[in-house]
Parts: sequence; structure tokens; C-alpha cells
Amino acid sequence: MWFSLLVLIPLTAVLVQAAAGGWSAYWDALTSQQTLAALRLTVGQAVLVTAVNVIMGTAIAWVLVRDQFRGKQLLEVVIDIPFALPTIVAGLVLLSLYGPSSPLGVNWANTRVAVFLAFLFVTLPFIVRTVQPVLLELEHEVEEAAASLGASRLTTFRLVILPSLAPAITSGAALSFCRAISEYGSLVLLSGNLPYSTEVASVRIMSSVEGDKLTEAAAVASILLVVALIVIVVLDLISRRVARYG
Amino acid sequence: MGDTAAHRVTRWALRLIVIGYLLFLVIWPVALVAAKTFANGLAPVINALRQPEVIFAFQLTLSAAFWAVVINTIFGVGISLLLVRYTFPGRRALNAMVDLPLSVSPVVVGLALVLVYNGRTGWLGPSLEEAGLQVIYAPPAIIMATAFVSLPLVIREVVPVLQEIGTEQEQAARSLGASGLQTFARITLPAIKWGLLYGVVLSLARSLGEFGAVKIVSGGVAMRTQTATLLVEERYQQFGIVNSITAYTAAFILALIAVVALIIVTSLRPGKGASE
Repeated sequence: MWFSLLVLIPLTAVLVQAAAGGWSAYWDALTSQQTLAALRLTVGQAVLVTAVNVIMGTAIAWVLVRDQFRGKQLLEVVIDIPFALPTIVAGLVLLSLYGPSSPLGVNWANTRVAVFLAFLFVTLPFIVRTVQPVLLELEHEVEEAAASLGASRLTTFRLVILPSLAPAITSGAALSFCRAISEYGSLVLLSGNLPYSTEVASVRIMSSVEGDKLTEAAAVASILLVVALIVIVVLDLISRRVARYG
Repeated sequence: MGDTAAHRVTRWALRLIVIGYLLFLVIWPVALVAAKTFANGLAPVINALRQPEVIFAFQLTLSAAFWAVVINTIFGVGISLLLVRYTFPGRRALNAMVDLPLSVSPVVVGLALVLVYNGRTGWLGPSLEEAGLQVIYAPPAIIMATAFVSLPLVIREVVPVLQEIGTEQEQAARSLGASGLQTFARITLPAIKWGLLYGVVLSLARSLGEFGAVKIVSGGVAMRTQTATLLVEERYQQFGIVNSITAYTAAFILALIAVVALIIVTSLRPGKGASE
């Protein structure tokens, strides 16, 4: 009951409000140039960031599990910082290294690079944290068997390790994509939110709300909501498959 | 392991790439914020903390987070018990829906709450307002938004523990004549306490740092509905060294709380394993 008051009814309200103006108003809201630009930027950067995360996340998980060196414990904490840090602080944090007074001499504030960086920062833990436990449980014997049968390291990785990591990487990627398209807080200070250039979907919703155009806001929100639902269903299916075959 | 030279080179390269990546993405930027906060010494930081707006914002954030965590603990345990111990139609759907607040944008969460509870056109807002309870642009909305986004954190920690402990002990307690409440207090609660504590710490950290959802539902008026994260945004966008130091100081404190929560949680994990 409380769950439905707090979660279900409000989310239904978004869908109802989105449908309130009829199909044509919904379509108009979504196909306005500014909204299209925002959606395109959000999805494009989210895909890019997810691709980077698939590679870097797997690499980080690999190093954390298989490598031994001093300070590894510290890295474990570092991985979770983006998850724990308030998003507005995350924005400020990135701004201090990549913003106007950067010690690196770059100024990426208010550019698309900033959007990319913000997404990269907030989605860092997802693939690492989904791949890590699987990698930990992976049995050394199988790899050794492959190696003793003459497989090279690369072949072993491609044919033995990668297939067993695939479900974990996929669910991590889904989470990370989902998180990226819904990101808001870290972009407020960082990206400048310039229409047609660095404005992402969440910022678009926010400015529609502030302009009291609730139907327009709900239309964009419904897209994000549907994507979130799809991701949840996909994750549910993956975990069921793993449970069946694993 | 580590037999060939080529293997050793790959391992070192991988290690360096990973450390470098984390250095540029997380470690260096976070360190810089700390450095900028204390760039002019301790005095400006203390002055920043003495401003009534800052004190108010942190008090509001703390009380909202506290109530959100209380709500999440009670309903989180309730929903977890429901999901694990009972079968009913729609359980799988509820199980999937529980994750929704984590994957949906905070801005969408805020918008959803505004649509239902705003005083003019909301579904429930006008009647609540007639009853003398303003929700949107007032503390109740902040608590609701915060509870919304952090609800899954408790459930996700408690559900696996409940599944693991099974029902044998609970049934034994019941058969020996314990009431439902006694069984819960004596058997279930002690069994899930570590998972629950872990969920509560995560949920508290998330609650203190919520920004997007709170921004939409609170209006962010200083001294009335401005939380700590909203204060960071407002001060950063204003000119002048005092505002900027205030923004950095508030951000530093929020970051500090987050990191401390993180360390508590990391050290609880092995503790949890040892107690079993």
C-alpha cells in the first residue's frame, strides 16, 4: 500500500499526464527539435560510455581480482565513490579537474566532453561490481585445462573466460546505460545545459517543469520510464537464465 | 602464474592503465575538491559553516534523511518479508518494480510526485492541502522523494539474507508458542540485522545526497526548503569568493559523509561474513 502510494501511483501519473494531451500532443512534445537533440545526445553519450565501461569495467574487475599489489584495498573504495557521492558533488568534483581552473590546462565545462565525463564517472561501479563476483568464482582449473591443451592466453580468455563473464557484463552494461540516460545532478554545474548542444533528457524535463509545461515534461519522462522498465525486464530475464544454467 | 615475461608485461600494463584511469576519473578530481575547500585555510571554511542558511540546509537534510531512512527501514523490511515469505499473484512484478526507483531518473521521480501531490492539479494534492497538509514545496515532499529513491537499497540487502536463513527457526519458534511479533523480534530481526544495517547505511548515504528529485519537489527556497545539495548548486552559481567557498565546504562535507559511509559499509561486509 505504501509502496503504491509512494512509487506506483506517482509513476502512473507520469504516464497519464503524458497521454493527457492526446497522441498528437505527445508526439509533438517528443519531436520538437530541442527534445530530439536532447534525446539524441543522451542516448548517444550513454551508448559511448557503456562501451567504454564494458572494456574498462572488465579490466578493472580483472585487476582487482587477479592482481595483487599494495593499495588494492584503496582502489576497492575508490570504485564505489561515484556511487556514494551526491551527484551534485560529483559535478563539482569533475569541474575542478576538467573545468575553467583545471590544473591540466583543459576546459571542458559546457561541452559535450563534460557530458561524457559525467556519465563515465557516475556509471563507473556498475560493470566492475557485476563482473567481480563472477570472476572470483571462476575456477582456475578450467583455465589451466585450456592452457594445458595448448590454448594461448588470448584464446583462453576469448573462449573460456569471456563467455562465463558475458551475462555479468551484459547486466552491468544495462545498469550503466540506464544510469547514464537518467543522470541529472552531476550535469547541472558541469555541462552548462545549452539547448541543442549539451542539454540531456533529464535537464530537458527539469526545464519543462520549471516552465510549467507538465505534459511536455511527462512525455520525455515517459520515454525514460519505459527505458528503465525495459532494462529491469532484461535484467530479470538474464538473472533467470543464469540461475537456470549456472 | 606469472611465468613468462610477456605475461608480466601485460599484467603491469593492465595495472597501470586501471590505476591511471581511476586517478584521472576519481582520485585526482576528488582530491582537488578537498584541496580547494581548504585553499584559504580553515577560517573561511568555519565562517561558511556558521551561515544560518548552511546550518538550516544541513539540519533539513539530516531530518529528511532520518525520516526517509526510518520509513525505508520499516517498509523495506515489510516488503522484503512479503517478497520472500509469501506467494501471491503479482509477486514477480512487485519484485521487479522494487528496483524501479534505482533505475529511473531522479527528475522523473520528482515530476511524478509533483503530478500526484501538488496542491493545484495533483491527484491527491488538493484534498491533502484542504486537510492542512502541504506536500509539494514543503518538507513532506522532500522526505517522500528521498524515501522513493533509496527504498530499494534496504530491500536489496534484506531479501537475500531472508532467503538464506529459511523458515525453519521461525517455524520452530511458532510451534513453541511464540506470537508473530515475538518470532520477528527474537528470530528474524537478529538474523537480518547485518543486512539491514548495511542497507540502512547505504540508504542514509543516498538520502543525504539526493539532488534531482528533491530539486523538483522542494522549490529550493533558502531557509525553508533548501537542502544541502541544493545549497551547493545555488552557491556555486553565485559570484564571489564567500559563495564559492561555501559551495565547496558543503560539497566537501557531503563527500566526507559519503566516503565515511562507504568505509563503514566496506568494513561491515567481512564482519557480516565472520558472524555467520
